[in-house]
Amino acid sequence: MAYFMIFITAIFVNNIILSQFLGICPFLGVSKKISTAAGMGMAVMFVITMSTIVTFLIYYTFLQPYQLTFMTTVTFILVIAALVQMVEIILKKTSPALYQALGIFLPLITTNCAVLGIAILTIQKNYTLVAGVCYALASSIGFTLAIILFAGMRERLEFTKLPPALKGTPISLITAGLLSMAFMGFAGVGN
Amino acid sequence: MDKTSLNNLTRGILRENPTLVMLLGMCPTLGVTTSALNGLGMGLATLFVLMMSNMAISLVKNVIPSQVRIPCYIVIIASFVTVVDLLMAAYLPALHGALGIYIPLIVVNCIILGRAEAFAAKNNTWQSLLDAVGMGIGFTWALALLGSIREVLGSGSLFGWNFLAEGADTMLLFIMPPGAFLALAGLIITVNQLRKAK
Repeated sequence: MAYFMIFITAIFVNNIILSQFLGICPFLGVSKKISTAAGMGMAVMFVITMSTIVTFLIYYTFLQPYQLTFMTTVTFILVIAALVQMVEIILKKTSPALYQALGIFLPLITTNCAVLGIAILTIQKNYTLVAGVCYALASSIGFTLAIILFAGMRERLEFTKLPPALKGTPISLITAGLLSMAFMGFAGVGN
Repeated sequence: MDKTSLNNLTRGILRENPTLVMLLGMCPTLGVTTSALNGLGMGLATLFVLMMSNMAISLVKNVIPSQVRIPCYIVIIASFVTVVDLLMAAYLPALHGALGIYIPLIVVNCIILGRAEAFAAKNNTWQSLLDAVGMGIGFTWALALLGSIREVLGSGSLFGWNFLAEGADTMLLFIMPPGAFLALAGLIITVNQLRKAK
């Protein structure tokens, strides 16, 4: 039940993009088409879950026992950068089809603050490994959900006549604001 | 100060403002601007990291092999972020608590890595410092302005100074997540119109 609550809270109530503002760059950048948005979502899911497991193990086997917790930021970002590179190389060799689908998104993910953000939040919230994995998976599902919904709205927006002042970024931000308002309807669920 | 230096200093403040014109560093821009003070604090923390990392990177740029430069830059930036994180936790615990997760996330602020790659890796230390100061100030005033707008509309106060009567209604929406998107959209529309009018 506790894990189920983590899922619901992370996907709907505290959506990583719409209420925590992590990963806004890919959210605004690669959301012109539903298909690319879905690809980005899958890549983010994969990387966030993997990196949360790895950083969790490193934190509790090395950093905490040796009182090196002040090194958390430096260690985590390096581990994430290396991990993304490694995932890219392994995917290229073992699964060309998956690499085709996710490949172009992987380099972008290193500087996606959602990845580092979730890794640090998992530690700050004192989760166990299983709870941490649930949290990471649920947050990235929330990311995917938000980016696909947003891409769907933007595809429709392409065909509407807009006041010139709103074209481009402003209308995207307003759309995101309305989506965020819709997600506020979930506030209080799980309390 | 000669013309190039002045140009490097002022570029980031208005013309190529990292937040409002280049649209970089959106996560802290939206995430911490619930009050003017938080926006200002975040801006100054980023300004410090940007200055130090731009200077350090321009000093070591010739020693770093170009294939591994990005990881090296990230380590340099992460070290300075750790410095800021620990200093703020020690001397400004209230602000540190309010900014929370966004302080370690300065590492992945695209403005900092962007300036390292686009400017500090090609220019000398003095020019890199000027560039960092300009960009940092540009980021800081944009965040402080957005924070002020959201605080005035959402809490009826500015820098913590309450100007409304006790119990007066405010537009709470603006200090909630959707308000961040809407306020930033309004600010960008204004800036675009001003740039067009010039």
